[in-house]
Amino acid sequence: MSEEAEDVDFPACELPQVSHADVAAICEMFGNDRHRMLDILRALQDKYRCVSPHIMTIVAQQTGLTRVAVEGVATFYSFLSLSPKGRVTIRLCDDIVDRFCGLAEVTAVFEAELGIKVGQTSHDGAYSLEYTPCIGMCDQAPAAMINDVVLTKLTVERAREIARALKAGKTPETIVSERFADLSAHEQANHMVDNNIRHAGASLLGPVPDNAGLNKALDLSPAQIIETIEASGLRGCGGAGFTTGKKWKFAASEPAEKRFVFCNADEGEPGTFKDRVLLTERPHLLVEGMTIAARAVGAKEGIIYLRGEYVYLRPLLEQVLSERRENGLLGPSIMGVDGFDFHLRIQMGAGAYICGEEGALISSCEGLPGEPKTRPPFPVNRGYLGFPTVVNNVETFCHAARILDKGAKWFFDMGSDGSHGTKLFSVSGDCLNPGVYELPYGLELREFLEMVGGKNAAAVQVGGPSGTMIGRDSFNRKLSFDDLATGGAIIVFGPERNILEIVDYYMSFFVHESCGYCTPCRVGNVFLQKAIAKFRKGLANPQDIDYLKDLSATIMETSRCGLGMTSPRPILTTLENFPLIYSALAKPSKDRVRSTFDIQSAIDDARKLAQRRSYIYDKDFSQ
Amino acid sequence: MSKETEFTFVIDGVEITARQGQTIMEAADEAGVYIPRLCDHEGLRHQGSCRVCTVKADGRSVAACTQPAAIGQVVESETPHITKLRRDLVEMLFHEGNHLCPICEASGNCELQAMAYRLDMTATTKFPYLEPSRAVDATHADIALDTNRCISCGRCIRASQDVDHKGVFGYVGRGIHRRVAVNGHDLAHTNAAVSDDAISAGTCPVGCIIRKGVGFSTPIGEREFDKGLIGHEIEGKRGE
Repeated sequence: MSEEAEDVDFPACELPQVSHADVAAICEMFGNDRHRMLDILRALQDKYRCVSPHIMTIVAQQTGLTRVAVEGVATFYSFLSLSPKGRVTIRLCDDIVDRFCGLAEVTAVFEAELGIKVGQTSHDGAYSLEYTPCIGMCDQAPAAMINDVVLTKLTVERAREIARALKAGKTPETIVSERFADLSAHEQANHMVDNNIRHAGASLLGPVPDNAGLNKALDLSPAQIIETIEASGLRGCGGAGFTTGKKWKFAASEPAEKRFVFCNADEGEPGTFKDRVLLTERPHLLVEGMTIAARAVGAKEGIIYLRGEYVYLRPLLEQVLSERRENGLLGPSIMGVDGFDFHLRIQMGAGAYICGEEGALISSCEGLPGEPKTRPPFPVNRGYLGFPTVVNNVETFCHAARILDKGAKWFFDMGSDGSHGTKLFSVSGDCLNPGVYELPYGLELREFLEMVGGKNAAAVQVGGPSGTMIGRDSFNRKLSFDDLATGGAIIVFGPERNILEIVDYYMSFFVHESCGYCTPCRVGNVFLQKAIAKFRKGLANPQDIDYLKDLSATIMETSRCGLGMTSPRPILTTLENFPLIYSALAKPSKDRVRSTFDIQSAIDDARKLAQRRSYIYDKDFSQ
Repeated sequence: MSKETEFTFVIDGVEITARQGQTIMEAADEAGVYIPRLCDHEGLRHQGSCRVCTVKADGRSVAACTQPAAIGQVVESETPHITKLRRDLVEMLFHEGNHLCPICEASGNCELQAMAYRLDMTATTKFPYLEPSRAVDATHADIALDTNRCISCGRCIRASQDVDHKGVFGYVGRGIHRRVAVNGHDLAHTNAAVSDDAISAGTCPVGCIIRKGVGFSTPIGEREFDKGLIGHEIEGKRGE
């Protein structure tokens, strides 16, 4: 894991010269406010390419925290580091889809051209090369972030071109386009990343009139807005599927001096990238939806929590916010209505999947490590800084704005029982047309696979790793909350793919992304991953199948948040739908010899300590 | 406290009286019903991280230390199913760190060890050992720190923050790399004192925080959990 490389005490290159005044000035930019810790540390990371112990000490003084508290934040997020990163940091997306699309070859090119291995920083401090989990580009894999720039569809040739251009002194921006600086923010985003909209539905990706929902909301009372959303049947589009109207109602009815509306744009579930497209193509609709929610619940402030991997969309979103402020659609007295104020800012994440969990997202906005909060109280009762907070997904807010314009019935009548309206699906993997599809709920997976050119699929991961892996015998199942629930990820795997390799990858993902707060998720997932490794090496017993099920059950039942409650699902759903893969690899113990016992690896430490080989077990031993 | 805010609920068939705002564990403790726990400690705010206090409240698995008690709630605690979950969690902690009871000064006073006895962790354990090898911090004149024995309960962190108002300890890192660190280069470069609540006997449930010079002053056999199972003090309140 890359963290191990970061754990080393000595820096790969010289620690930067840090001026106390400069660090203090950055803290002051954020009012020395400990709740803005993530912004402060991100700014320092950008300036000094690290948050060194010396820097942390100054930040602690400025914000009135202990240094270890600052260190707790700095060591939680993957995009912050205690030792210096290169001036150009290349983060290769290490999702399973990227691995299947030639990531290893692309990595080899970067390693050879830059003269460093993954996890290393060059001695002159010019480059860092590392792996990062899914950056939301599975439809154009392999992909990479180079500083704040995203490059996709990498090939060996393209990677070589990029590495050589960097060595020739080109900036990542000019690699995207020679006239990058002259492009609009929207054009810049589209030059870096394709939208790949394959099917536009009635709600979001078709033509959308400007502010039509917000206009209608002005004629309604807050209670009527909430009634409309409730009547539409809209459920959260991030994966959990909580009824949106109810969430708004709870927040509105909680007595409080202020309330908040947050957008969860921390789209981190591997294989999910539909919010990326909405943020690029429907940012006004998103802010419109948030503004409507603010009116409904009586919130005057809000935050868009944008995942660190989507930093390339930040200029575009900032521009949308300032345009709306200029046009009286955001800020004080929106559309001339006295008392209808809504102030919105962007909070950048810094590489932590767990921040997609609403409590963790709020913790992160408060300047803390992204750890989920104890429930109850729920965020709608006591969320950000203790005030009622509505947290909804990007897509949910966009639908809400459309529902206000078109009416609850219009939305309710689309989809299937219990799953109303349309849904965006992010399709990637072994299919002809990866990209984003907007379709009504209730479609049979088989029809869906035909549409995306994935008829040859042997397995489909619905809803990302925390969802369900199904095989051909289940392709008659339907995409809805009652059957195959999904936040949107549909990852198609062809017959040539190794299911256990996929499961192994997903477990390593959860181990990497667990916050570590509770025992079962922190420790249990490591054990699950080790057990899967045993299967892959052919060292498993038949009893290990029961062990997997048993350990999974404990983790799911005792974990504190949704991560641990779902992390064993790659194992459990493949055990259920592909049982023969496991049984084929599990070997019963032979007489008195446990096949799971690998004598060679067992004596390896002893070999190293003794600095010689074994007389008995090394057949070629000679002195 | 007025009688109007009191209500009752049931743990394993025993009727418990609780007040509005109490957690399941707080009410159970007062009633003399012990719910196993490691990260929770009297006088410190609840954290809900070890999950050993997992109970089923009206069929839903929750942490008893943070879950509010509710009127008429039916709670299952010492059932074979829950005890098995707790044993799994305690085994996870044993395997995450290096817990070699025979050579550990805390043996007999150790809550992890005592919990294993209470939960009947007598069979061979099934998990792999993670064998951490972090350096022992013996820089401080009166205190040593062996985080290889830490179970991440965070009791020292909360005691130092909320009782001592010092903030000597804190969590750093994420996931399996998450660990307790000190507010300085090492313990000698902090304002930790042996008189701190965070350092006092009983705050650290295991042998991670070691007070120098007092080791083995109480002989094995006369230690805290030689007198009875962990939780016996709370259980002793029942019927009083």
